[in-house]
Amino acid sequence: MAKKEYAFYPGCSSQLKASASNYLTSVNSMCKTLDVKLTEIPDWNCCGASIGYAEGGELPRHAINARNFALAETHLPGQDIVATCAACWLGARESKERLDASSTLMRETNEALAAAGLHYKAEVKIRHMVEVLIEDFGYDELKKPVVKPLEGVKFAGYVGCQTNRPFGIDGESFENPKYLDKLVETLGGDPVENYDQKVTCCGGALAFSEPEKSQKQIRDIVESAYDHGAEMIVTPCPLCQANVEVYQSEINKKQGTKFSMPVLYYSQLMTVAYGGSMKDAGLDGQLIRATPLEKITGK
Amino acid sequence: MSEQNRQASERYRNNFLKEVEERVEEGEWVKMCMQCGVCAGSCPLGPAWEHSPQKIFMMIRAGERERVLSSDAMWMCTSCYSCIVRCPRKLPITHIMHGLANYAHRLGLAPKGQPTRDFAKLFWDNLVKKGRVNELKLTLAHYFRGGLMSGIREALAMQGIGKGLLKAGRLNPKELLGGHALKDLKGFHAIVAKAREIEDRKKGLSG
Repeated sequence: MAKKEYAFYPGCSSQLKASASNYLTSVNSMCKTLDVKLTEIPDWNCCGASIGYAEGGELPRHAINARNFALAETHLPGQDIVATCAACWLGARESKERLDASSTLMRETNEALAAAGLHYKAEVKIRHMVEVLIEDFGYDELKKPVVKPLEGVKFAGYVGCQTNRPFGIDGESFENPKYLDKLVETLGGDPVENYDQKVTCCGGALAFSEPEKSQKQIRDIVESAYDHGAEMIVTPCPLCQANVEVYQSEINKKQGTKFSMPVLYYSQLMTVAYGGSMKDAGLDGQLIRATPLEKITGK
Repeated sequence: MSEQNRQASERYRNNFLKEVEERVEEGEWVKMCMQCGVCAGSCPLGPAWEHSPQKIFMMIRAGERERVLSSDAMWMCTSCYSCIVRCPRKLPITHIMHGLANYAHRLGLAPKGQPTRDFAKLFWDNLVKKGRVNELKLTLAHYFRGGLMSGIREALAMQGIGKGLLKAGRLNPKELLGGHALKDLKGFHAIVAKAREIEDRKKGLSG
């Protein structure tokens, strides 16, 4: 039996060949090493993300999240729901807190769920993978499987918004969370000190609708990583990863910069440090190649 | 003016604060704002807002219904939650902005063609269709929002990124033919429809 088991909520972007499919690849490799069993919530649906508010309103958003909760409670009783996507975690947790706080909302949500023969009992806990790593394992445990320390590589820990606010990771500050830096250190890497864009917003969904405003944010995030001597950015959020990696070429085209800063997931760093191959770590899924990490996998 | 909007302005007359308290997500918090301005200074898109959240809260209390609901201000919210964690009175500012945008959109008062309004609607419709987001269809629907020619122009401008994602295995052309979908799509649609029906009845948005 696996050391730990969770009801897994991968989210839309982590599906096969979706924009964060390399996140999922590396999470699976990392969990294999840590002996974690992730069982997908059967037939899970989208969380509505934060941009769903305009058409989705309140109750429809809470109801679709509660559908996932009800499915997890039914099929994977006793297991915490674990999300890897920042927006899934935030959306699900937000719905759970609202429902727990309001008996009216709970009644209405269950009225909606009844239309599909489901019922939410309010038993399940919603957590982010980062919480699992820090709280259920801890840095010392996470260090044990390291066979290829990320020596000499400098990482800018870009935490971003939605794993940090409004809930955040217990014991961390909103303005200067340290967990990514600690994780990099645990893996033998070199975290950049005083990375001043650590919690800056990348623009989120507005990368689509307001590209110029969002690309200004992204430029600050990348530029500051260069200014602090980072070779790579590491993040826990799939939208941060996609926005900050993908739009560098656009910014270069429009503003004459020469950005080429790889943007990785924490789980990719862990997979490499745990001795995984380039493929195990999803490094073949980068638009901007993470050469220093590729070299470590070949050692 | 939509019928729902006419009914709402008649029902609440000059009491826009009451309307917001009863019909906008977390609207009952508006009166708690003490006008310190920390939200305005914390917003990453601060300079782009026609009215900062601080100003919007005061405008609500002053009964500036049309100016608030027809503003593009709330549509600048990136959902970064900086305002929430810094507000000394703990107002759920992000949610109130989302709530105001949603209410304005549903009443038909939000600015036409506002890009985030349009994208947000595309996003919700896209996810409801199959229960999961179809990233390729969402992206293409966004590029082609202004018609065929501008769509082709936009899609061509972004083709480098598209090819990169394709090569990296992070974009699937087959999504155009269907893509990921729920098994119990019927049940999912029934839940969404029921939830919307209840909410619309409560907020005077049935029509």
